[in-house]
Amino acid sequence: MTQLPTSTEKKLGLVIDLDTCVGCHACEISCKGWNTVEYGAPLSDMDAYGGDPSGTFLNRVHTFEAKAEGCASQTVHFPKSCLHCEDAPCVPVCPTGASYKREEDGIVLVNEDKCMGCGLCAWACPYGARELDQMAGVMKKCTLCVDRIYNDNLPEEDRIPSCVRTCPAGARHFGDFADPESNVSKLVAERGGMDLMPEQGTKPVNKYLPPRPKADVNGTQMPALEAQSEEITGFLGWLDRTLEKI
Amino acid sequence: MHPAPSVIIFSTISGLGFGLMLFLGLGLPDVNGWVAAVFATVALGLAVIGLLASTFHLGNPKNAIYAFSQWKTSWLSREGIVSILTLGTFFIYATLWAFMDMRIPALGYLASALAMTTVFTTSMIYAQLKSVPRWNTAVTPLLFLLYAAAGGALLSNQMTVALILLGLVFAFQSLAWMQGDTALTRSGSSIETATGLGGLGKVRLLEKPHSGKNYLLQEMVYVVGRKHAAKLRVLSLLLVALLPALLILLTEVNHVIVAVIMLSHIIGLFAQRWLFFAQAEHVVGLYYDAR
Ligand code: SF4
Ligand code: SF4
Repeated sequence: MTQLPTSTEKKLGLVIDLDTCVGCHACEISCKGWNTVEYGAPLSDMDAYGGDPSGTFLNRVHTFEAKAEGCASQTVHFPKSCLHCEDAPCVPVCPTGASYKREEDGIVLVNEDKCMGCGLCAWACPYGARELDQMAGVMKKCTLCVDRIYNDNLPEEDRIPSCVRTCPAGARHFGDFADPESNVSKLVAERGGMDLMPEQGTKPVNKYLPPRPKADVNGTQMPALEAQSEEITGFLGWLDRTLEKI
Repeated sequence: MHPAPSVIIFSTISGLGFGLMLFLGLGLPDVNGWVAAVFATVALGLAVIGLLASTFHLGNPKNAIYAFSQWKTSWLSREGIVSILTLGTFFIYATLWAFMDMRIPALGYLASALAMTTVFTTSMIYAQLKSVPRWNTAVTPLLFLLYAAAGGALLSNQMTVALILLGLVFAFQSLAWMQGDTALTRSGSSIETATGLGGLGKVRLLEKPHSGKNYLLQEMVYVVGRKHAAKLRVLSLLLVALLPALLILLTEVNHVIVAVIMLSHIIGLFAQRWLFFAQAEHVVGLYYDAR
């Protein structure tokens, strides 16, 4: 049903540490790998070996630059996937009932057996977290690896989302935000975890940890080089003047 | 937003059909027999062609039957249900009217009300989206209703009413464009709020997440052809409202003139609907430093 649950027992989601992320895109690739062989229709690529390749991804890593007046710029790598919003605008718009938010853990999913590929949910999501697979014609989105986290067939250390398991920098954390004592809740409290586009009123579950303040952003700028004197002397000077005259 | 031809054709053509139903339901024009049959067929034909066109943009049409199930929350689902109800009601009304000479006013009023409700549900699919600030306003449903009614008035030869409606279209379309141009800025969303990095200073995209195109860019960050927008706006208002209004006021309206009026109105309508999509900025564009 496309009615959002008034509350969910657990609030499973991710914390993404923008201070630690090195922008390697490993999470993106492991996500593509896992979700191509596991949950639902594979994530297809179009014209994969041609001149104009494109494909479906559930996680994409942007890189931004932030710069304050008079300070050095800072580079921030920024992975973005579904935030499993509490007030998910993508769910109520769905005409078929394919999109839903689970009452038990808050995960937002698409039932591909009902999805007609109208794309309205992707329009409703402010974050670009949903992509219509061009081969299967159904909506794809992050499942929070629902087929890993409860999977008793996997070794215990693998029962976390594929992106979290893969991240070589340890920039991604998985847990229950409804539990104030969980690893993710503590991280958010300690590091000032934030919402993306809070003005959209979606109440994202996933939180982003802002980059830690740099020790001295002003001092990190290179001192300007000394201006070279206009007058060149010696042979080069003679050459310069002669060439000028020709 | 991507101005998909199927969606433009759907919303314009079906809008005209439902607009014509509005007037036929009210018993205007006062005709019967085969003339009534022709009017009713045109109305049904336009509405059905439009609705069929809308299925062309579905990725997985075999599941379309489920689209009638989520009326409690989904405007798209409501649109599906109300449009079927409208077509059914109008079909019964028109059949009794044209073939049995039995026009039942109450049934007609019901068909008119349902026809306008269908147009309203269509408009709410767009107006409900907070992620597209330009659409997220009460002016959106108002305009959809006005365009449908104005087109219906022209088709049903109600020229005095049409004049008034075209005037309103002109006024509210101008208002929508004026408001719309600042809607994204006024929404408060920016690349700084999108990334949460505003505290560090001015933010810009340093590196795109992918070098090629993707669904998001094609569907929601459509910027092709926007540079002609200003010209197209003028052209659209001219064709959709001004020229038809002038022809109504200054000429003896006969069949040829009506044809010219309709042609002008429909071309103007296509231009307006193209702009409605092509100029609408989705906030996801902020992640790509585009609007
Ligand atoms: S991030 Fe987008 S797709 Fe995910 S729950 Fe929120 S609105 Fe829906
Ligand atoms: S694309 Fe599928 S999941 Fe999304 S709104 Fe349409 S039917 Fe629902």
